[in-house]
Amino acid sequence: MSEMDIKRRNFLKTSLGTAALSIAPGILLFDVAHGTAAVSAAVRWGMLIDTANCREGCNDCVTACNRENGLRGANSTTNAQWIRKIDIKEVSTGRQVSLPMMCQHCAHPPCVDVCPTGASFKRADGIVLVDRHRCIGCRYCMMACPYKARSFVHEAVTDQNPDVPRGKGTVESCSLCVHRIDAGLKPACAESCTNKAILFGDLNDPASEISKKIRSVASVQVRADLGLDTGVRYQGL
Amino acid sequence: MSAHPPMYFKNRLYYALLAAGGLVAMVGAYGVYMMEHHGHVITGMNNQIVWGVPHVFAIFLIVAASGVLNVASIGSVFGKTLYKARAPLASLLSIAMLAGGLTVLMLDLGRPDRVIVAATNMNLTSVFAWNVVLYSGMFSLVVLYLWTMMERRMNPYTVAAGFAVFAWRFILTTGTGLIFAFLTARQAYGSALLPPMFIVLSFAWGLAVFHLVQTVLYAWNDKQLDPLISQRKKNLLGIFVIASLYMVAMYHLTNLYFAQQKGFERFILLDGGVFPTLFWWAYVVLGNIIPLLLIYAPGLGKTRCVFAASALIVLGAFAFLYVFIIGGQAYPLAIFPGYQASSSFGDGQIAAYSPSVHEFMLGFGGLAIAFITTTVSVRVLNFMPQDKHYITD
Repeated sequence: MSEMDIKRRNFLKTSLGTAALSIAPGILLFDVAHGTAAVSAAVRWGMLIDTANCREGCNDCVTACNRENGLRGANSTTNAQWIRKIDIKEVSTGRQVSLPMMCQHCAHPPCVDVCPTGASFKRADGIVLVDRHRCIGCRYCMMACPYKARSFVHEAVTDQNPDVPRGKGTVESCSLCVHRIDAGLKPACAESCTNKAILFGDLNDPASEISKKIRSVASVQVRADLGLDTGVRYQGL
Repeated sequence: MSAHPPMYFKNRLYYALLAAGGLVAMVGAYGVYMMEHHGHVITGMNNQIVWGVPHVFAIFLIVAASGVLNVASIGSVFGKTLYKARAPLASLLSIAMLAGGLTVLMLDLGRPDRVIVAATNMNLTSVFAWNVVLYSGMFSLVVLYLWTMMERRMNPYTVAAGFAVFAWRFILTTGTGLIFAFLTARQAYGSALLPPMFIVLSFAWGLAVFHLVQTVLYAWNDKQLDPLISQRKKNLLGIFVIASLYMVAMYHLTNLYFAQQKGFERFILLDGGVFPTLFWWAYVVLGNIIPLLLIYAPGLGKTRCVFAASALIVLGAFAFLYVFIIGGQAYPLAIFPGYQASSSFGDGQIAAYSPSVHEFMLGFGGLAIAFITTTVSVRVLNFMPQDKHYITD
């Protein structure tokens, strides 16, 4: 074996060793960061909203959402509203109901279907989100959403919550407070509702409070005719 | 008597036109800069009217870019000589309008700097992602088609390229119609009639644009269009206008029959303020009825009449798209059918929209790109239709 070959072999060995040493901590840290409680399709997060307990004029859920997600809370037509209170009145009977409306976290979300870049996506646990790094701001998802759940960021945003990055020129909507869920907490709106009108939980767990309740009381999905299988249900509609 | 030869004035006029087009394009670029800097808050668009005037311009340009190729297809695919002579000009107009339309669409994005993301991350269920392929494919295919026509050695491939363009543009306009047809919940859209309707509209709008440019080109070159050719092409325009009016009528008629759509139709056709006015007066009367009279009425139908008819068809197209795109979003989404709704987010309310000057800057900037591309190309290359003595096909 020539001296040249041995030199080459040694060089390759050293290079591989150095490469392994430099990559290994990264791989370990990646595991540390992602190793805990991976999102699983065994869970499907959802909400049951009891309209009987939702008071007309009460805006606590909206205020809590704005505070949690760093939204300004102004009602101009260009301002983002992730959750809003809608007052509805049945035309034929005059019956009135007040309810919160937000992203319904559909199992078959039209916003995800139409998004050209895949920025709109559904997490394994049923939460529909926008990847702000991929969104090009075409607003097709806003055209496609049957619930008008999405807002476009029309101007530069300030005072952002570090857990909820936002950006001018992209689309956003209720994330079900995904950062809180991942920390084992309830979404801000559910927690803030003093009347207990918003029940949050795992629709896939038969023993969860929400599953027990939707088995025993009548509840509906809004625009169920569209067949989107929403994660948010309403009682008393 | 002027001391200058006649070409002197034409040269100066040519540069003046180019400068005017360049100025409009620069104003468009300024509009884009402002929208980029301040965000869409300086436009009239908002969270209820998410697509505005830029989309009216962009969709007109893209739909007409597809329709204008009809002239080329009749020549290449169906072998009609008088259209074959016009295929290069039609292809040029198609490329020019496609470039203008796509520029407007792209620069209206919230993040136009990320346009590369649209090319590298394709969501296959999205008709927008399909359109990225369809639009860029169309562009390349038409360039190839032009090459086969203008380079003598490539002539044997013209028919094949013509067929490919013919098929591609049908799929492309289908894709444009599908953008709206796929919107499940919106009363104005979500109809399978939209893709064929857009195809038929594209025929009329594309041919109208072709007539406008052809008339100017003949006048510029001091040439007379053979009256027989003019006669046949104006009849075709008339047929396309009637066909598109039929498609639009069917779209509204089917909606009128469905109880849940009556509110929307009432809004668009009767009491929706600016929208019924634009629909009936600008689209139906100015954009269809008067052009049909100009084309078919006895004693009319001369070059000037067809020119005026074509201009009115283009204006009508803008009115139609304004009503279709903006009127379609202005009518409130029926989230709770059978209920009246009110909220801080415009539920149950007619959405207000007043386009800002920046949107028009962007839109006219797109038109300017199409104009400059056409003007320079017809100057440096020979796009003038070369008619042999006219023989009936």
